Amino acid sequence: MDTLALLADGFATSLLPLNLMIVILGVTAGLFIGAMPGLGSVNGVAIVLPLTFIVPPSSAIILLAAIYYGAMYGGAVSSVLLGIPGASTAVATTFDGRPMAQQGKAGLALIAAATASFVGGTISVVLFTMFAAPLADVALAFGPAEEFALVLLAFTTFVGLGGDDVPKTIVMICLGLVLSTVGLDLISGQPRLIFGDLPGFYSGISFLVLAIGAYGVGEILYTIEKSRTSPTVTPAKITFKELGAGLRAMNRMWKTMSLGSFLGFFVGMLPAAGATPAALMAYGVARQTSKQPETFGTGNIEGVAAPETANNAASTGSLLPMLTLGIPGSPTTALLLGGMVMWGLVPGPMLFIEQPDFVWGLISSLYTANFAAVVINIALIPLFVWALRMPFAVLCAIVMVLCIVGGFAPSQKLHDVWLIIAFGVGGYLLRKADYPLAPLVLALVLGPLMEKSFRQTLIAEQGNVLAFFERPLSATFLCLAIVFFIWPLVGLLFTRDHKDHPHVPSKRPKFARTKKT
Amino acid sequence: MLVADRIIALGIMALSAYFMWHAAELPIGWNAMTGGPGGGAFPFWLSAIMMLAALSILIRTFRYEPPEKGSDEPFFDSVMLPSVVKVTAALIITVALIPYAGAYIALPLFVFWYVKIYGKHGWAITLSLTIGIPVFLFFFFEATLKILLPKGFTEPYFFPLYAMFF
Amino acid sequence: MSKFNFTRRAAMALTATAMVLGSSVAALAEDWKPQKPVEMVIMAGQGGGADRIARLFQSIIQKENLSNMPILPVNKGGGSGAEALRYLKDKEGDAHVIMATLNSYYTTPLRTDIGVDIAEFQPLARMAMDTFVLWVNADSDIQTLDDYVAAVQAAGGEWKMGGTGTGQEDSLVTAMLEKEFGIKHTYVPFKGGGTVAKNLVGGHIDATVNNPAEQMGFWQAGKVRPIVAFTPERLAVFPDVPTASEMGHDIVYWMQRSFVAPKGMPAEAVAYYTEMFEQLAATEEWQTYASEKALVADMITGDELQAYFLEERSKHDTILNSMAESS
Repeated sequence: MDTLALLADGFATSLLPLNLMIVILGVTAGLFIGAMPGLGSVNGVAIVLPLTFIVPPSSAIILLAAIYYGAMYGGAVSSVLLGIPGASTAVATTFDGRPMAQQGKAGLALIAAATASFVGGTISVVLFTMFAAPLADVALAFGPAEEFALVLLAFTTFVGLGGDDVPKTIVMICLGLVLSTVGLDLISGQPRLIFGDLPGFYSGISFLVLAIGAYGVGEILYTIEKSRTSPTVTPAKITFKELGAGLRAMNRMWKTMSLGSFLGFFVGMLPAAGATPAALMAYGVARQTSKQPETFGTGNIEGVAAPETANNAASTGSLLPMLTLGIPGSPTTALLLGGMVMWGLVPGPMLFIEQPDFVWGLISSLYTANFAAVVINIALIPLFVWALRMPFAVLCAIVMVLCIVGGFAPSQKLHDVWLIIAFGVGGYLLRKADYPLAPLVLALVLGPLMEKSFRQTLIAEQGNVLAFFERPLSATFLCLAIVFFIWPLVGLLFTRDHKDHPHVPSKRPKFARTKKT
Repeated sequence: MLVADRIIALGIMALSAYFMWHAAELPIGWNAMTGGPGGGAFPFWLSAIMMLAALSILIRTFRYEPPEKGSDEPFFDSVMLPSVVKVTAALIITVALIPYAGAYIALPLFVFWYVKIYGKHGWAITLSLTIGIPVFLFFFFEATLKILLPKGFTEPYFFPLYAMFF
Repeated sequence: MSKFNFTRRAAMALTATAMVLGSSVAALAEDWKPQKPVEMVIMAGQGGGADRIARLFQSIIQKENLSNMPILPVNKGGGSGAEALRYLKDKEGDAHVIMATLNSYYTTPLRTDIGVDIAEFQPLARMAMDTFVLWVNADSDIQTLDDYVAAVQAAGGEWKMGGTGTGQEDSLVTAMLEKEFGIKHTYVPFKGGGTVAKNLVGGHIDATVNNPAEQMGFWQAGKVRPIVAFTPERLAVFPDVPTASEMGHDIVYWMQRSFVAPKGMPAEAVAYYTEMFEQLAATEEWQTYASEKALVADMITGDELQAYFLEERSKHDTILNSMAESS
């Protein structure tokens, strides 16, 4: 009851006319920032943080929440329209979002992403409201061993055996993991694989660089080559009828979306993990439990809905350790944490007791911002879809410029822009040779976490490998991971009778790959 | 296609060897004293697995009939390949130009080349893009997001703009 | 929302700033002003202690209008700051770059040869020195330093000490502890102080030598216990926590938070930034933050700071050498 009263107070402030205006402005700005490849909520929050010292504090929180949600929704826009994940959290959205856009169903995909984000955001805020304090203890129970088990689970839900060409998949996973070790080795303090002492490699290879290179530049080169034999862009249009159809389609996906929301919230809540593994796991689970897993990767609307619910839920979840433990789970929450320190608040276990006004003001702003984000996003979909109707050369020129600038912006290093071009050409060649790109990107995102937590555990346990199985949480995750890994193999054994030689890659499309014409 | 498959598999094997050589600068074995693998172990052994997988792809191309239907087609589309090469070259020149001439000269030049010369569009659309993109970049990235783009020798010309918008 | 009333605090800070502005140094700033946004390179990645404090400075500068051009923070944390040091070296003579440093400013060039001599850089201002305290989980029985040493000895080398990356500050303090008491820890490196704090409370490690700023929230909630401070005098926020030196063990270690500029920055620009930091140091926000987080905020600038850097570099050289010999 106490909670509800505090929340009602929060709502009373967040629904004032001034604050509503701030929400609309914030969400719109966030949407456009998130829709740019290379930019995400971290840039949005960074620009408004200084502003928050000018406006009244209650409005400041609302503005931050609005930008945060706006950028989360916007990430899906770039994944669907351009096929470039704007942030690592939106990688999984490209797998089915991009093929849908190529079939002329960009509008539908965007509606699915927006609705799914709304559902994910709402369910997670409700969970947050009810269980914020007790859940902090769950986050504490996660040590390096549990982190490792969870990352492994995220990996296997996504990359089971079977499906794509197995040796090629293995090559790409290993390549991604090796690239993820570039830079300083935290454990020994020594630089690794810095290729002739290039300072640009000291900080490692960022996920964004690989994603913009392989999906942005690589995709354009690929499309240019194919543009002689096939129509380049399927004209996309959006009507009210389609909007209705989209919403009805979403109505059938409650199972996928609620699963995605819970998964997203709980994985996002863990400080080390965050939204990216959450989105990938949701995608993997949706595919494994689907009646038609083979349609995933070719434009299945559920493949858009699952990761989008999960990454939005996870973004809300990642606020939890920041507020209750003072540990930022992502660069964005790190900035928010800095802002709170500036306001004279001490994030941590005492925040909920000492500053209930702030906490509940923030939570009620999340509800308002989420609602505003879905409305504004759907209203803007025709504009986004219209952008796809530009002449191909114009669209290409704009996307290339955005790739260069977007690659430069986060780190402000030209080194990264050169890497983007290298990954673009490399990705283009590998893709032509039927190497799946998704496992490469996935491995680069999860690799550092995996290696670090694995080695931390072994150091702490004096090299005892069984330590992973001696702790109940990590043992559970590991067993689940093994089940997920073997599951498709079992399926494969039953269908093997009619197949030809085992080395022949099956035609089942598994990872995002445009159909060849 | 088959030839390209082999060349790429060989290329990956060469790359893994290169990675292994670099990774071996750090300990790659199991260090019982510090508990667990050394700093070079992950990259080294993963590169080794990568090499084996690429080797199996290579062997496969000799042992079996080409598995997919389009495998007898040439790897590159000979008509469009020059376009791909041209665009890649233009990108490389653009990025090479950025540190000296700045983003506000290099990027419009690229857009102009792509839209007018390569894309053969009209003057109206070319000029509006060539002018519109840098203006958008300045106001969106620099004035709003406070992310400065490299300017090269054009830097002093931006001082009045900074004074106005910051 | 009355709990955090900004206006009153802002007004007080403004008065403080106005007082500084009115004083002698104001005349110097007339000569030179930045013509473009100033890049503030941070020697660490996003989210860590160094990043947080650098961004705090940036917010105060912006809020109090201490600079006519915006200060733009850029993280270059690669290779324990090697990336940032190399970047600053390449910016010779540039009047629009400053760098926020921490102790890796001297340890990184000592540990690996990156072709940078920090004596060439232009020192601007040391804003604060962060302190180190030995922490254990509040559930443990350890109350004093003697209890701690006994517990570590009993664990026979399996005592898990958490901290930041190997070769960074926390591992140096751990090495100093080991040398002083002849004990052995299992050192588990984590990405940042916040993660270390969480792992201590979650019981995944047994102790840490974290900065108080990282541990404050948990301490207030009664989840962790400070055992001993590695400062010459007791910290004002922990009056009951003894220092190592008062117990006869000479372990003192600081984390400095300073700003430096590239070699050859014009003298007027150096004067401008020095004055900016002097104003910053006088703001109420900064004073409050420093005392709450147990920072020692005594500011030094110019030649005095350069002398401090060089002295610290030779001290760290000795510590690193003795670490290399013992392992």
